[in-house]
Amino acid sequence: MFEDFIYVLTKYDVWLWRGFLLTAQLLVISVAFGTVLAIPLAVARVSKKVWIQAVPFAFIYMFRGTPLIGQLFMMYYGVGQLVANIDGIQDHWTWTYLRDPYWYCLLTFVLNTAAYVAEIMRGGIQNVPGGEIEAARACGMTPFTTYRRIIFPRMWQMIWPAYTNDVIFTLKATSLASTVTLIELTGAARKIVARTALPYEAFISAGLIYLIIVYVLTLGFKMIERYLRRSEKRKDKLPGKIKPMGV
Amino acid sequence: MKKWIKVATAAALGVAMSASAANAAWEKVVIATEGAYPPFNEIDANGKAIGFDVDIANALCESAGLTCEIVTQDWDGMIPGLLAKKYDAIIAQMSITEERKRSIDFTNYYSASPAVFVGKEGMEVNAYADGEVVEDALDGMVVGVQRSTTHSSFLEDNFPGVEIRLYDTQDNALLDLVAGRIDVTLADSGVLLKWVESDDAAGYAFVSDAFAPEEWFGAGEGIGIRKEDQDLKEIFNKALEDILADGTYEEINKKYFTSVNLHSR
Repeated sequence: MFEDFIYVLTKYDVWLWRGFLLTAQLLVISVAFGTVLAIPLAVARVSKKVWIQAVPFAFIYMFRGTPLIGQLFMMYYGVGQLVANIDGIQDHWTWTYLRDPYWYCLLTFVLNTAAYVAEIMRGGIQNVPGGEIEAARACGMTPFTTYRRIIFPRMWQMIWPAYTNDVIFTLKATSLASTVTLIELTGAARKIVARTALPYEAFISAGLIYLIIVYVLTLGFKMIERYLRRSEKRKDKLPGKIKPMGV
Repeated sequence: MKKWIKVATAAALGVAMSASAANAAWEKVVIATEGAYPPFNEIDANGKAIGFDVDIANALCESAGLTCEIVTQDWDGMIPGLLAKKYDAIIAQMSITEERKRSIDFTNYYSASPAVFVGKEGMEVNAYADGEVVEDALDGMVVGVQRSTTHSSFLEDNFPGVEIRLYDTQDNALLDLVAGRIDVTLADSGVLLKWVESDDAAGYAFVSDAFAPEEWFGAGEGIGIRKEDQDLKEIFNKALEDILADGTYEEINKKYFTSVNLHSR
């Protein structure tokens, strides 16, 4: 058992490393673009006008309401085939990118992350105390400035734990990329299993790498959380150290 | 005291195991197939496994007087599932290779069909010619192949610079071939023959000769058995001889492939 571990880790270290790089890449890009896309979605989602609300609502509902693997297959085999059937596309210079599973996969992950994050942000925005917004208006801030200086900072403070959770969720979701031929970390493990017939050693090795990634992520996000809550100077107000009332 | 418990447990286990060994006359055998490799194995509209492998499995069971149950299992998990005793045998076009023999055992081969490339009509892909690998034959191409197969090992070992896409099923690789996202696919000639003859495959054809160097493709396809189940291996080997002798095999062969003899190696 132990020798088999060493065997997998030394003989297939390059496969695992490349898998790790692709997983990291998919995660970072999905979260970054997903978050940027989520901001306008969330703002539109809290609009009081029904027709502005409707579009992000439908988008979020669709992406949260269907399994990610289904979305991935729809995008890769569904949209991908439609694109492939366009006349002359296969001779066009863009075809190099349009035939590549990477972009379909990335797009699915970005949209999916955007839907989840937008819904988290909606909750955050709606929970900003009304008094603070009124105060900002009273000071003469435009709606844009109110968002920039009051609502968004307060929102980030509130949603950060949920957001962290969602990033970790996305990390694990990237493993589905192996079903559309991308060899990320899980794909690399499956490849090793195919070669060695050592499923435990290969998947535990990949699992350990996922755990390390999650550990580093959690650490980094904790530090950012402390920064976001820097205005709450008194230590006893931080979560986990709340004292009983009247003490 | 502890020692006494150990001895007693060992003795009890020993009794239990010999009892079960005596009972394990293999009255009921669970056989796994993939269900996504037509015409060898596929799943029909009712969700039932059908195909060459399934017919062979049933013929073997009938000949050996076993009650068999056919289950389907994703290709990736085929060997782990056997080792975890989810089923007792694999009849799924699994090639007998040295690598697989490290973890499981095989019966004698029950079919042998070589590998072949399929691509757009008019292409020529001679990746293996005159008993030698032609290293630059696939340069600049995107090649699709099913994951965990002898075909994928062959490509990975011999064409390190070529972009190889690994698919969960051969069906998906063929979908992408038609969509133009891969240039060629390498698979079992039996599977590809059936596909090339179908309506989906207009404009596509065999683009290489069939080949099966034993170093990568092993000695034909056998029935996968756990190493400790030597008795079951013997039962299947005997049944295989019987169905070959009495013409049952030929009948099944003809049902799926009129022009190819699958037991001719």
